[in-house]
Amino acid sequence: MNKRISPVGTPRIGVMQFPGSNCDADCVDALSRHFKIEVEVVWHQTAELPSLDAVIIPGGFSFGDYLRSGALAAHSPIMNDVKRFAERGGAVLGICNGFQILVETGLLPGVLLKNNSRTFICKKTALINHNKKILKMPIAHGEGRYWIDEEGLLRLEGDGLVAFRYSDDYGATGHAQNPNGSVANIAGVFSQNKKVLGLMPHPERATDKIMGGSDDGLVVLEEFIRRI
Amino acid sequence: MEYEVLVQLKAEVLDPEGRAIHETLKTHGISAINSVTVAKRYVVSISKDVPAPESIVQDVASRYLANPVSETFTIKRLHA
Repeated sequence: MNKRISPVGTPRIGVMQFPGSNCDADCVDALSRHFKIEVEVVWHQTAELPSLDAVIIPGGFSFGDYLRSGALAAHSPIMNDVKRFAERGGAVLGICNGFQILVETGLLPGVLLKNNSRTFICKKTALINHNKKILKMPIAHGEGRYWIDEEGLLRLEGDGLVAFRYSDDYGATGHAQNPNGSVANIAGVFSQNKKVLGLMPHPERATDKIMGGSDDGLVVLEEFIRRI
Repeated sequence: MEYEVLVQLKAEVLDPEGRAIHETLKTHGISAINSVTVAKRYVVSISKDVPAPESIVQDVASRYLANPVSETFTIKRLHA
C-alpha cells in the first residue's frame, strides 16, 4: 500500500501541534510517506491557519491533560480558526487527544471520560467502521469512554454518524469487545456534515505491517483524504 | 475574594472512581455508605474591585472548569 497518491491530487494538510502532542510526527510521516501529501505542522499559538485543505489534530497529552483531556487545548488560539475552518465545511480529523479536543470545542457531540476500568489502556483492538469494514488499530488512552445522553445517541445512530465501534475480529460489538465502557461501543463519530471525524484508535500507528501487524490505519487516512 | 467551584459528573454519568471507592468501603464492612461521588474543587481568587465578580466566576466555571455535556457545578463564596 506504499506510495499511494490520493485521487484528489495532493492536498495540503495541517497537523496541529500543542505542548504535549506526541503523535504529530507519526501523522506527518504517514501522510507524507504513504500519500505524498504536503504536510505543515501548525503551532497552537498561531492565530490563523495557513492555506490548507484539511486539518489533523493529533494524539498526545496536550497541556498534560490538565483540567480535562483536551480542555485547555480547545481554548488555544489556533482552535478559533480550526472552528471557523470546520464551520466553512473544512475537513478535520481528531485522533485520540485530538478527538478529546474536538468534543471540548463542540465540533463533535458527546464527551470522553475516564475509562470505566480506571486504567490506561494500550492495546491492539478491532473496530467495525460505518461501512461495516473491520479494521485493526491500536488504542492508547486513559480517558476514552465516549458518553452522550440518550437523545444524542439516538441522533447519532439515526443520522449514521457513528464512524467506528469497538468490535471483535468478526464485527461483533458486545460488552466483551468494549475496552473502556463507551456507550454503544462507540470509538469514533462524525459531525453532522461528516467533514469532522474524531476517533480514539490511532490510524497513524497502523500504517505499516511491521508496526504490530496492521496497516489498516491507511484505510482511515485514505477515506479522510477522499472527504476533503 | 475567593470562590469555590465544585464540579462533578451528572448523576446519569458513571463515576468509576467513586464506584471503586464505594466498593472498597463495602469490602471493609462499611455498609452504611450508599454511594461515593468524586468531585473536583477549584478555588479561584478574584480582586475585590472587579465589578460583578460572581458573574466572572460563573462564566469561567461554565466555559472552562466544567464541561456542560457531562458535568454540573456549584459556586460558593469563601472569603471576602
